[in-house]
Amino acid sequence: MAAEKPRAATRSPAKPRVRPGAASDIVGLAHLLATKEMIIVCGSGGVGKTTMAAALGAQAAINIGGRVLVLTVDPAKRLANALGLKAFGNTETQIAPEAFAAAGVKPRGELWAAMLDTKAGWDELIRRHAPDEQLRDKVLANPLYQNITGRFVQSHDYIAMERLHELHASGAYDLVIIDTPPSRNALDIIDAPGRMMEFFGSRLLRWLTVPYRSRLFTVASKPFYQVADRVIGSRFLQDIAEFFVLFQTMEKGFVTRARDVERLLVDPRTSFLVVSTLEAAPAYEAAFLANALTERHLPLGGVIVNRAMPSVMRKPVVAEAASRLGVAAKQEKLSADLGAALKVEPDVIQTILGEIAMSFHDIAMVATREAERRSELERLAPFTAIAPALDHDIHNLRSLLELGEQLWR
Amino acid sequence: MNLLDRQLLFVTGKGGVGKTTVAASIAQLAAQRGRRTLVCEMDAKGSLAAAFDCSPFPYKARQVDADLFGMAMNTEDSLREYLKLFVRIPFVGRIGALARTFDFVADAAPGVKEILAIGKLCYEVRERHYDLVVVDAEASGHIVGQIGAPRVIGELVQVGLVRDQTAWMLDILEDPSRTGLITVTTPEEMPVNETIELLGNLRERSHIDLAAVVVNRVLPALFGTRESQVFDELFSDEAQKLLIGAAGAHVTDVMAAARMNESRRRVGDDHLDRLRSELPPETNMLYIPELFTRATGRRVVSLVAKALAEELI
Repeated sequence: MAAEKPRAATRSPAKPRVRPGAASDIVGLAHLLATKEMIIVCGSGGVGKTTMAAALGAQAAINIGGRVLVLTVDPAKRLANALGLKAFGNTETQIAPEAFAAAGVKPRGELWAAMLDTKAGWDELIRRHAPDEQLRDKVLANPLYQNITGRFVQSHDYIAMERLHELHASGAYDLVIIDTPPSRNALDIIDAPGRMMEFFGSRLLRWLTVPYRSRLFTVASKPFYQVADRVIGSRFLQDIAEFFVLFQTMEKGFVTRARDVERLLVDPRTSFLVVSTLEAAPAYEAAFLANALTERHLPLGGVIVNRAMPSVMRKPVVAEAASRLGVAAKQEKLSADLGAALKVEPDVIQTILGEIAMSFHDIAMVATREAERRSELERLAPFTAIAPALDHDIHNLRSLLELGEQLWR
Repeated sequence: MNLLDRQLLFVTGKGGVGKTTVAASIAQLAAQRGRRTLVCEMDAKGSLAAAFDCSPFPYKARQVDADLFGMAMNTEDSLREYLKLFVRIPFVGRIGALARTFDFVADAAPGVKEILAIGKLCYEVRERHYDLVVVDAEASGHIVGQIGAPRVIGELVQVGLVRDQTAWMLDILEDPSRTGLITVTTPEEMPVNETIELLGNLRERSHIDLAAVVVNRVLPALFGTRESQVFDELFSDEAQKLLIGAAGAHVTDVMAAARMNESRRRVGDDHLDRLRSELPPETNMLYIPELFTRATGRRVVSLVAKALAEELI
């Protein structure tokens, strides 16, 4: 005890000791977007990640301010139109302040949007890392290049992370929100930088390229070549090897960069948001993803539940009202009164009210099932934000802002 | 021709539309009709097995039910089997390390992984181990690349065993009486867009026949045109007053729920009209209603299979 005291006294007193992603007094979407600089929106396909990313970006620009960029993968044309853009491009475009003004809002900051173009992203990487122009052109002209960039080492995922890093490091934005590409596994995006490094460090790459360089087969590579030769033919194998040799000249640049990109995942300024609907499969994947993030010590900021039914649907008083409506529909008085008021034959009214009363129980059943899933999802993260089920598509900025406001509350 | 009379069906669709459930249901329906059926999951996430309330399927097919078998694709196992069958490598036990290395080539070289997977499926068809193979395939963004791999490889690789192997695969894949693609969608904007895009790609870049478009989660139409108009008028102040008088104040929530469902159905109908207008008129469209069920897993598969059976009469 006595020995420790003087040591403690020499320690710098000013350093705050907050663990990244640690619980804070204020928890919620607004707080997260106000304190983080990179938000990675993930979740299973079809849950509305792109729309959520855009809605969050707009809310951050309006309520928090600064320059906010939404980087998205494959937006619906309608969403691009909603943001007042003809289409998203690979370069960042600002959403016109007039578009916000037309929707009746004056944002404190700026909202920018860009689309992720995998092909352009790869070409850009090659240009950056190629040691000279001749080699660069050789790679870009390689017939395997296009085919391969579309597939290998989860190339969409890597490019997504790469762009996030690039845009954040450009210093042009206070907040970058990225919506992750559809992938077979939502974890792919997290693993992408590691895989890139693994690929360049792999023994395979060395085996493939050693004989090409020295024209000498090592003992280790011999059986591989024998089998590979019989399976895919030596000509094709040589094409592949040649391509890899070209790639290997860029190893250093690629690996250094991938290491930087990977560091971004654990950067205290980064946080993940998991989006899910209240259906079984997406909710299952959301739970899987949340657990995987926790296991890897990556910060799960919160969960966004999309397309939730209003909770009033499962209140017993409402179900009772539906039953009463069903009974009243069969009696003549209500349909006669409504028929007179609307100038419609009472039997048409009767049919309609009967259907409404019956179908309510279907809706209530779904609402009840959803409530159960929702409470499961709420256990996963520090907070859960709810976006309601909409009866329309998002087709203008106003509807995107309305959705965002519901999340913000 | 009847969907279930083919030998190889690939089921695809955008994430979240119920692709796996539909694949499981088609397999179950075929098995119930006495066809010896294999259902194969391509992405090894275990969701197909979960649809049958089973633990994850292995590569080697496992019986799920009478005439119904399940497997999960695994490229390394497929390579092992392939080498054993066709290359007659004597030291199969030692292939492990080699296969792992090969995995990297397969990751990197275009089409190698795909052809190993497609090859396994075609092999099961060619050997007539099953009457029908149903594939819970890649999502619509990847399917043309996967299913078109044998043709691409055939063109890229000029010599070698793989080249020889692509010919018989193409005979199976490109024969519409044997192989078909089923694409699943829902009556929503993005799934419909993706379906239209996929079918364009399919026509341009492959020779695989479109067997059916399955529209999942279709909200039932509660009203005809006339009733639909009257429904909208029920939200006038006067009508609402009468409704509250008859059923109490909370009837407004009941009406709001009905209105939400009805507008979603109308928006969905517009998307379906758009889809139909983009498809050749002879396209086989199958509709599966939204299931208002509390259950998941096998129960849902049974309900969807039942709905499909009604559509396939």
